[in-house]
Amino acid sequence: MTAASESGSAGAGASPVTPSQTVGPFFGYALPYEAGPEVVPGWRPDAIRVRGRVLDGAGEPVPDALLEIWQADETGEIPRRPGGLARAGHDFSGFGRCGTDPDGGFWFTTVKPGPIGAAAPYIAVLVFARGLLKHVFTRLYFPEDAAAHAADPLLGDVPDERRATLIAEREGERRYRFDIHLQGERETVFLGF
Amino acid sequence: MDKAEASPHPPYLYPGYKSTVLRAPAQELIMPKLGPDSVELTSPVFGHQELGRRDFDLTVQHPGEPLGERIIVTGRVLDTAGRPVRNALVEVWQANAAGRYPHLGDLHPAPLDPNFTGAGRCLTGDDGRYRFITIKPGAYPWGNHHNAWRPAHIHYSVFGTAFTQRLVTQMYFPGDPLFAYDPIFQSIPGEKDREKLIARFDMDTTEPEWALGYQWDIVLGDTPTEAR
Ligand SMILES: [Fe+2]
Repeated sequence: MTAASESGSAGAGASPVTPSQTVGPFFGYALPYEAGPEVVPGWRPDAIRVRGRVLDGAGEPVPDALLEIWQADETGEIPRRPGGLARAGHDFSGFGRCGTDPDGGFWFTTVKPGPIGAAAPYIAVLVFARGLLKHVFTRLYFPEDAAAHAADPLLGDVPDERRATLIAEREGERRYRFDIHLQGERETVFLGF
Repeated sequence: MDKAEASPHPPYLYPGYKSTVLRAPAQELIMPKLGPDSVELTSPVFGHQELGRRDFDLTVQHPGEPLGERIIVTGRVLDTAGRPVRNALVEVWQANAAGRYPHLGDLHPAPLDPNFTGAGRCLTGDDGRYRFITIKPGAYPWGNHHNAWRPAHIHYSVFGTAFTQRLVTQMYFPGDPLFAYDPIFQSIPGEKDREKLIARFDMDTTEPEWALGYQWDIVLGDTPTEAR
């Protein structure tokens, strides 16, 4: 690697916004925390469990990714109180964080969010990883909501053949699977935020 | 506004940084139509009771003091209009003075410091200000290419008032000779945008007989509604 050439990109520097940089490989001792994946405790009768893997363009696991989820509660209300870092009793903070394991795996226990407005119920999902110079945004929708999906403003904009990448698979009672493909034939739909 | 043209962010695919090659999304991103109540337009909130009182001071987390050059790093979290973002959670992590992380995957043969973990967090005040006390991290080698070294940096994670403003980035130190050779830093297309990641040495922040001071402000992006 030699010194990179001077920048020539048009409009560069016009925005005051601080640029993104990769989370790198060494966040594991800093960002994940013990109750991070447990938005609600798994023993709660209304808890759902979501698990999945993060995979690269060759289908290989991404063992150094970090996922964050953010969502409304069962009634569609967005939490406005703290509690995402230190889980307190029955307070629902709506925020979860989980680093991937050597197999690219992650999990969360949470509740299924209620719908907001015209949108079908969904969980907002962020993925950070070594090799991602900027995080990616996606959404997790639920397979049992097919009727609501037909009217969902985002899903309507997604080409038919890619829509399934946003919909979790049912694995059992209150259990879902949601794999994230960063690249490749089954690349997950990512959002342009 | 042509968003792609004005974006200060690196592209996903930057082959000089090898790990992007199989991890960069290749398909076009889709911008959802958001209603005023869309969850992405809100953010988790965090409270002081969730943080340790001394989480902002990375030099007091162990019985002894860490080795290295003690520094104060402070700045404000702002929106694009220059308004402070209050109560924003700012998390940092970094290598020790020798350039080593206490992470099992870090194979750099530099010493660990039993008195330094290198992780901290704080909430911004009413003026959007955060402040950390730490030690200056060392540069470290990585396997990206022959003789690859990362310039000294502190990793930052910041929450705004909307989930769409979420930012993870790295702060660098002025005058680092490794900038020109670092594909992660160079992945940002605009020179002025790259310079935004370099902290400013500040004598007023520096405390006599104690620590050098650096100032570094963070500007979070507009939410999609504001941008419209
Ligand atoms: Fe690093």
